Amino acid sequence: MKKEEILRNYEKRKDNLLYILHDFQDMNPYNYVTDDDMQLIADYLGLPYSKVYGTASFYSMISEKPRGKHIIRLCDSPPCHLMGSVDILDVLKDELGIKVGETTPDMTFTLEKTACLGVCGVAPVMMVDEEIYGNLTPKKVKKIIADYKEGKK
Amino acid sequence: MSVVTKYVLFGIDDSTLTAGARKIEREFERELKAANLEDEIKVVETGSMGIIKKGVVILIEPDDIYYTNVTMDDVREIVQEHLLKGRPVKRLQYDGKVDKSVISFKESAQELKKQNRVVLSNSGIIDPENIEEYIAVEGYEAFATAVTEKKPEEIVEIVKESGLRGRGGAGFPTGLKWSFTAPLENKPKYIVCNADEGEPGTFKDRLIMEGDPHKLLEGMAIAAYAIGAEKGYIYIRGEYKLSIERTQKAIEDARKYGLLGEDIFGSGFDFDIEIRIGAGAYVCGEETALINSLEGGRGNPRVKPPFPGQKGLWQQPTVVNNVETLSNVPSIILNGADWFKEMGTEKSTGTKVYTILGHVNNPGLIEVEMGTPLKEIIYKYAGGVSGEFKCALVGGAAGAFLGKDMLDVKMDYDHLGKYMAVLGSGAILVMNQEACVVDMLKNVMEFFRHESCGKCTPCRVGNVHLCNMLDEISGGKGKSEYIDKMLSLSKSMQQSSLCALGQSPYLVIESAIKNFEDEILEHIEKKVCPNNICEMK
Repeated sequence: MKKEEILRNYEKRKDNLLYILHDFQDMNPYNYVTDDDMQLIADYLGLPYSKVYGTASFYSMISEKPRGKHIIRLCDSPPCHLMGSVDILDVLKDELGIKVGETTPDMTFTLEKTACLGVCGVAPVMMVDEEIYGNLTPKKVKKIIADYKEGKK
Repeated sequence: MSVVTKYVLFGIDDSTLTAGARKIEREFERELKAANLEDEIKVVETGSMGIIKKGVVILIEPDDIYYTNVTMDDVREIVQEHLLKGRPVKRLQYDGKVDKSVISFKESAQELKKQNRVVLSNSGIIDPENIEEYIAVEGYEAFATAVTEKKPEEIVEIVKESGLRGRGGAGFPTGLKWSFTAPLENKPKYIVCNADEGEPGTFKDRLIMEGDPHKLLEGMAIAAYAIGAEKGYIYIRGEYKLSIERTQKAIEDARKYGLLGEDIFGSGFDFDIEIRIGAGAYVCGEETALINSLEGGRGNPRVKPPFPGQKGLWQQPTVVNNVETLSNVPSIILNGADWFKEMGTEKSTGTKVYTILGHVNNPGLIEVEMGTPLKEIIYKYAGGVSGEFKCALVGGAAGAFLGKDMLDVKMDYDHLGKYMAVLGSGAILVMNQEACVVDMLKNVMEFFRHESCGKCTPCRVGNVHLCNMLDEISGGKGKSEYIDKMLSLSKSMQQSSLCALGQSPYLVIESAIKNFEDEILEHIEKKVCPNNICEMK
């Protein structure tokens, strides 16, 4: 879908801003909203660019810089922390060769930490794109990453 | 014609989905067909059954037998043995794995039945995606009675009389909140449901929406009628995919049945609900921040007063209620305020839904009367502690650490308040002796630092300083004066921050120091982490 078409789906109302940002991000192959996008949205809604940027940068689900094809969000809230999310983070860093907030050079994975995902019953937990993985162990994480690398998921 | 004699209920939540519930469900359907039982025995999907971390969970009704950790290989056996021959498969039956020193085995198997369920009365029993099943269990009866037989003022009065208090954390009396907005002439008014559940360790609202979304819609519709709102918004956090799907379907079905829309029940009352999806910000659970986010901006809290009840969404009168709060309303209208008051304690009436996690044998979701002692929740319902009990973080990150001496405390707003603790969202994170308090406290503070919206200085700057001090303590570089410094800094944050986010660190810091000062001092003076969790640099 073209950007103009996305915009036309929405009334020119300020409360549609978050929805438009979500849609622009989803259509971007690198999972982010570009500067030009934000300017385009600002012009459409009749808002200053700063307002659009301010909103986009506020929410953790919207990114203003390019991200990988798969976004890994590891939960490190107290329940997951208690059940060993730190060990899982170490494995992820090792397997991917990146730190939190970084993207692999081949643009396949971005590693992020997230606030509580509300699936604490199966802590520690991570989310890859829309998929939730629980009861994580280092062995399980290695297998999941390998599956994504091989394109099995 | 065939008669359905048995139901195989599948508890569907993230825990069972990740364990492959859908695949096993299909296998069941295949096996039932192969055994020619497909007309007699129905497979039904339902919400969470409150048994978490036990793989795929199914319930056979009317036999009342739960099976846990069901795998593909077990399906044939259950069909052949239990459903065909009537012999339950013992090895898969849920035994509750209760700490037997506290409670007898026989009792434990019945624990699930004994929970006093109001909000979760249908969860795990009806199909949440079928409006007719909700209607069959007196669904929308309370709403019908309200709009056709009662005046809005009467509804406000009943809810006031019931003593229902906000289940999102603050515990403000719901009827009183409504009574501020109801008489205002300023139209339009809005009812907003806060489903931006983000308190670490809390997922009760998610399971309510997944298990019984119509109950929430009905509660909201009654609230709207009471305060005179024509439009409602449910603000659901973006990560809750299944909640969004199920609630959206429920709204569409309710519209088809004329339960939302214009002139509902021929009463002249119009009301509709829209879902709004969040984008990942803990602070948006604060009601004024949530309103800013609904309007499409940054989720910064507003200065109160004016309160949302007077000036909320688009500066119009707006009542913001939590999912669990609204889900209590239909039963109150149906059964009366006295019925509700019989449960719980004098000032905290009704039931409370808790999520209980961490080092317990049966982590999960329970609904019990207000005032149930912490000990009973941990040992009776959650199957006891794995290892030796050290403490529990009650109320999420914005909660407090409760030590051993607090096990007998009654869990309600006022009893906990007496001990400088809070009920909060109802999250109970249990820790055994292997957990390190400094490590956990640091984790909680990192959470606050990350989630601070940055609008007001005490919270933005204060959380960074608290984190730095804890970082040094956990790295063996802390100073003994940090204990007093953390207390006084968080105290001033409590007094000067705009919203609950900046006000919360004091409670968790104060309770950690009160209960575990020795352990913290050991990190500082001896530069040792007794449990070898913190890395001394």
